[in-house]
Amino acid sequence: MSDEKKLAIIATKGTLDWAYPPFILASTAAAIGYETQIFFTFYGLQLLKKDLNLKVSPLGNPGMPMPMGMDKWFPTLGTALPGMESMMSSMMKSKMKSKGVASVAELRELCQEADVKLIACQMTVDLFDMDTSDFIDDIDYAGATTFFEFAGESDVNLFI
Amino acid sequence: MSEYTEKFDATGLNCPLPILRSKKVLTKMNSGDVLYVISTDSGSVKDFDAFCKQTGNELLESSEAEGKYHYYIKKA
Repeated sequence: MSDEKKLAIIATKGTLDWAYPPFILASTAAAIGYETQIFFTFYGLQLLKKDLNLKVSPLGNPGMPMPMGMDKWFPTLGTALPGMESMMSSMMKSKMKSKGVASVAELRELCQEADVKLIACQMTVDLFDMDTSDFIDDIDYAGATTFFEFAGESDVNLFI
Repeated sequence: MSEYTEKFDATGLNCPLPILRSKKVLTKMNSGDVLYVISTDSGSVKDFDAFCKQTGNELLESSEAEGKYHYYIKKA
């Protein structure tokens, strides 16, 4: 056993905004010498797709900053309009790009380069009849017991 | 301060990219080499300090001039 610090993360969410915390924390931890694993379960599995088509929804999310002060006057129900989700997602993506924030795909690549172990929850894959050929290469498929093998000896455990 | 082995310009990059990319450059350098990093991310001041404390690399200098942040890191 090494004396390297360890970080274990469970990623459960599959939206654009929630894709960031696990990949930012994992890549940074790896950069400062942590041995790191991320266990992707339920909607978190979207973050392992080759074709990342992640979206962010203003619906039911009063904390989301909206452009042009729309959060002040735009009716909540209006955020349910068709096309709103796509529009907000592409606006968010272009804002991130203009501010020099990495894309999710880029952060995920940095994680893989730094040997962050990515584990897909086999149960979720089966549950949603997901096609493993849609997922990126070099990931493991396992269950809760495998997670605990690493999490049990980790210094930091996060549920995101 | 002006002596350095490698220079990395992280202008325009936001957290955590300045750290991650700098780390990548450092990996290819030799012990004792100095990496000079330029960043425009104000959060990177505390981050480079924390990065060096946790990795054992030495932060020789951290300064700000005209909206840019300059770091000199000596590889452990």
